[in-house]
Amino acid sequence: MTPIIDIENLGLDAGAHLLVKCGLGAIPPGGELRVVGSNPGWETQLAAWCRAQGHGMSMQQQDGRAVAIVTRGGADSGRWHDAVHAGHSDATLTGAVADRALSCWGLSARGATVEAGTPDIHFRLDRKDEIWADSAAVLYAQAVAAQWNPATAIDWDEPFELPAVVEDAVAQLMTYLIENEEAALIVPARFLGQVHPHFREIQSLLAIQVADEARHIEVFTRRLHLKGREPALSTAGGQASLKTLLDEPDFSVAGFLLSVLGEGTFVSLLNFLHLHAPDPVTRQIARLAARDEARHVAFGMSHLLWRLQQEPQFRTRLANAVQSRNDALANTAGLNEEVFDALILIAAGEFTPQAIAAGYVRVQQLIADMAAGRQVRLERLGFDKEAAQHLAALHTRNFM
Amino acid sequence: MAKPLLLGAVAYAPKVVTIWEGFKEYFRRHDFEFDYILYSNYERQVEAQLDGSIDLAWNSPLAWIRAERMARARGLEAHALAMRDSDRDLCSVLVARSDSHVAITADLSALAGQVIGFGALDSPQANLIPRDHLRAQGLFAGRDYTARRFDELSGKHGDHIGGERAAALALMAGEIDAAWMIDGNYLAFAREGILPAGATRIVARSGSYDHCNFTLVSGISAASAEMAARFTELLLAMDWQDAQVRPLLELEGLKTWLPGRSSGYDLLIRAVDDEKFYDAAGNILDPDYRY
Repeated sequence: MTPIIDIENLGLDAGAHLLVKCGLGAIPPGGELRVVGSNPGWETQLAAWCRAQGHGMSMQQQDGRAVAIVTRGGADSGRWHDAVHAGHSDATLTGAVADRALSCWGLSARGATVEAGTPDIHFRLDRKDEIWADSAAVLYAQAVAAQWNPATAIDWDEPFELPAVVEDAVAQLMTYLIENEEAALIVPARFLGQVHPHFREIQSLLAIQVADEARHIEVFTRRLHLKGREPALSTAGGQASLKTLLDEPDFSVAGFLLSVLGEGTFVSLLNFLHLHAPDPVTRQIARLAARDEARHVAFGMSHLLWRLQQEPQFRTRLANAVQSRNDALANTAGLNEEVFDALILIAAGEFTPQAIAAGYVRVQQLIADMAAGRQVRLERLGFDKEAAQHLAALHTRNFM
Repeated sequence: MAKPLLLGAVAYAPKVVTIWEGFKEYFRRHDFEFDYILYSNYERQVEAQLDGSIDLAWNSPLAWIRAERMARARGLEAHALAMRDSDRDLCSVLVARSDSHVAITADLSALAGQVIGFGALDSPQANLIPRDHLRAQGLFAGRDYTARRFDELSGKHGDHIGGERAAALALMAGEIDAAWMIDGNYLAFAREGILPAGATRIVARSGSYDHCNFTLVSGISAASAEMAARFTELLLAMDWQDAQVRPLLELEGLKTWLPGRSSGYDLLIRAVDDEKFYDAAGNILDPDYRY
């Protein structure tokens, strides 16, 4: 029995084609569907629609009523001949994420059916082993939940007054932090546009990481201006160190140098500021920024653990990258003296011999903590104790 | 390089270049030399075909009738080689606002004294066939109703649907009482929102007619019969499932090419004669026609 649908008083100028389409979807090409309706001129409208869609149509009288017999054409299914399936939306399913994403998948959602003839869109980072981390989706969700609004999360109006020399030190430190966070923004931003959309968890995580860094730059700038200071000194050595991060073309190596070693070191620095900064605003900023940076470190670690699992020999390349960076920076001063002194003054809080002595000890301890943290992370990546200690010590004196 | 089969086509829109460049590439892929010449209007194209400047023409239905008449007057014969699936059994519809007198009575006599919108003077679907349809119902422009023409891009035989769109806009603006358009454009204007859902009603429809075809005039073209046959064969082999070919078919508005037929032009032939558009030898009669 030929199926029948009644489009009632709905015209094809008002959406009735959806009813017909649905009816035709239930029959194979070549099959017939009967359509009846009561809107004036519906037969004419249906004939025009069928012609445009490649379906056959004829009119018959059945039981005293005009009935359209629609014969399903092959065009609607023909469009999807040779279409390709691009994995599966849910990354936890087996085979959901391809080892290599094809350029012909273009911008389609992972799991979509992609029409043959879709233009090739080339993304440089199209291999899973180059960029993947199983924890990316979880880290992204955490990042979204942990976003904070600088306008309300920080009590900018809390009254405090620092000795001028300490306030100057804060301005110097903020100047240094801003240029370091610029590098931490630009490195993931550059990779972001090169990641194939198939790896959307990675794409999303990089995007929110960029947003985190933009927020850090905002709050450091705002703290710098809080007591009417202008940005202080930016050294050639500091920027030379950061430039080596920008120049690294490999996603994994860049993530290793920036996130695991650099931002990892920064987490120590920010925790130090949270604990020892002389004013409440700097302490609040440091606490919030450290939380974000810790997530960036977690992504870097997670990706490298993934990559090393696929390619254990990649560990040698990581060690070489630290050595090369150290060689490249051999002729630079590393951390500028002004930043080092600013940290002592900040940790001192006041300009007295006793306070400076205490601040000096704290900064020495910070530098030791930073190196120890790097060593722990390197050991987690599978370097033996000796190698980890050696590489941790080779890390740039500029911290990031 | 072998001498190519030369096709004439009318440049009614910028996409025409994309379409025929695509066809040229398709034919080249199949080792068939093909080229095209674009004309600004169908009259010039038909004359070019009859003087042997082109081997084949992608003709509007009106151009087909003129080519057929001019060929016959010279003792030659025109053939419709192929057409789109969407060229068969079209009809024109007269659309009125749902709340209007003519829509409610559903009687053509209600058109008396009304202003009816038509497309371009040379549009088969929005002028010639509609006028003929009303005449056959005993309704004459100027006597029973007022005709308002929306003339856009004369010489394009209504391929440029601007005239029909302008009439639809005038209908919804209340400037006219009803408007003629091809059935497919009625649905297209609804999708565009020009005709709001349910705001209009079809009050009359013409009989069925065919639209464009590839026309060959035998005995005049320099191209051999084998070339025309190979052209037709390759055209009919264009497959909607082929991702390389599908964009061309989409641009040209078809799912599959069909063999040409000349049986679907009777309505337009009657209209051309009654409207005194062309004479039996294909000469242009309408003094108002500019192209």
